[in-house]
Amino acid sequence: MKARVHVMLKSAVLDPQGEAVRHALASLGFEGIEDVRQGKVIDLDLAENDLAKVEATVREMCERLLANTVIESYSMEIG
Amino acid sequence: MRAGVVVFPGSNCDRDLAVAFEQSGAHVTKVWHKDTTLPTGLDIIAIPGGFSFGDYLRCGAIAARSPICRAVVDFAHAGGYLLGVCNGFQVLTETGLLPGALMRNANLKFVCKPVELKVESTENVFTVDYQEGQRLTVPIAHHDGNYTADDETVARLKGEGRVAFTYCDNPNGSVANIAGVLSQNRRVLGMMPHPERCIEPLQGGADGALLFAALTNALETA
Repeated sequence: MKARVHVMLKSAVLDPQGEAVRHALASLGFEGIEDVRQGKVIDLDLAENDLAKVEATVREMCERLLANTVIESYSMEIG
Repeated sequence: MRAGVVVFPGSNCDRDLAVAFEQSGAHVTKVWHKDTTLPTGLDIIAIPGGFSFGDYLRCGAIAARSPICRAVVDFAHAGGYLLGVCNGFQVLTETGLLPGALMRNANLKFVCKPVELKVESTENVFTVDYQEGQRLTVPIAHHDGNYTADDETVARLKGEGRVAFTYCDNPNGSVANIAGVLSQNRRVLGMMPHPERCIEPLQGGADGALLFAALTNALETA
C-alpha cells in the first residue's frame, strides 16, 4: 500500500524559506501572494495492505522520525 | 576525566573537540555511531559539529536515531553529562534531551564568523569558571542555528537559569538571542557556537578553553 506524508512547519512558526520564495515570485511579477509555506512530501511504499495498520504505522513513523513535532505538523494520504 | 566523542558520517569537528578535551587534561575516546554500547567509565559524552548524514531530512534527525544515540540517551537519563556543539546541539534537540529545535537561519545564509556571547548562567559544570554577564568571543559556522521554542518553554528556560549563553548581536534569528541551553538537571549543554575552535591564541582567541578546563576539573573531582 502506498502512503504519502506531508510535513509542514506549524502555522505559528515563521518559515524563512517560504518567505524567500514569496519575494522571488513577487520579483517575477506575480502579484497578490499573501503567504508562501514550504514543506516536504515523503512517499512510502509499504508491504502491508491493511488500511488501519498502515495508518497506525505511518503515524508512528511521523511521530518518531519524519516530522519534528516541536516545529512541524504532518498529514497523510493512504491508498 | 574520560570523555567520549561520538563520530557520525559527516561529523567534522570531532577531532577539534578531542583536542580541546585533551588540552584540558582529559582522556578522550572516539565512539562510532554504529556502536550500540558506550565504552565504560566515561564521565562525559560530546556530540561534535558537522553535517551528520548530510543533514538529510532535518539537521541531526538521522543521527539522533542512530544506534549509539540510544545509548547516549540512556547515559543522560542515568545522570550522565553531555555536551553538544553545533550539529551536536541539533542532535540533542532531535533526541528530546534538550527542548526546542534549530531551524534554518532567519536570513537563510550560512553564517561563519566569530560572535560575541554573553554568559547567562554559571550554575553548571560547563560555565562555572566564567562570570555571569561575561562577554566571550566564540566562532559560529552554521546554516541552521535559529533556535526556536514556544513562549512557555523560553520563559521556563530563562526562569530556571537554563539559558547558558546568548548572542550579543543575534546572527541567526534565535528566539531571545539564545545560543546555548541546559537540560533540567544542568548536565546536558547544547550550543551552536564552537568553544573547541577557540582554545588557544593561535586560533584567534582562547575564550572556549575555560569551558573544557572547568568540565575536566569538575568531573575529575566529582
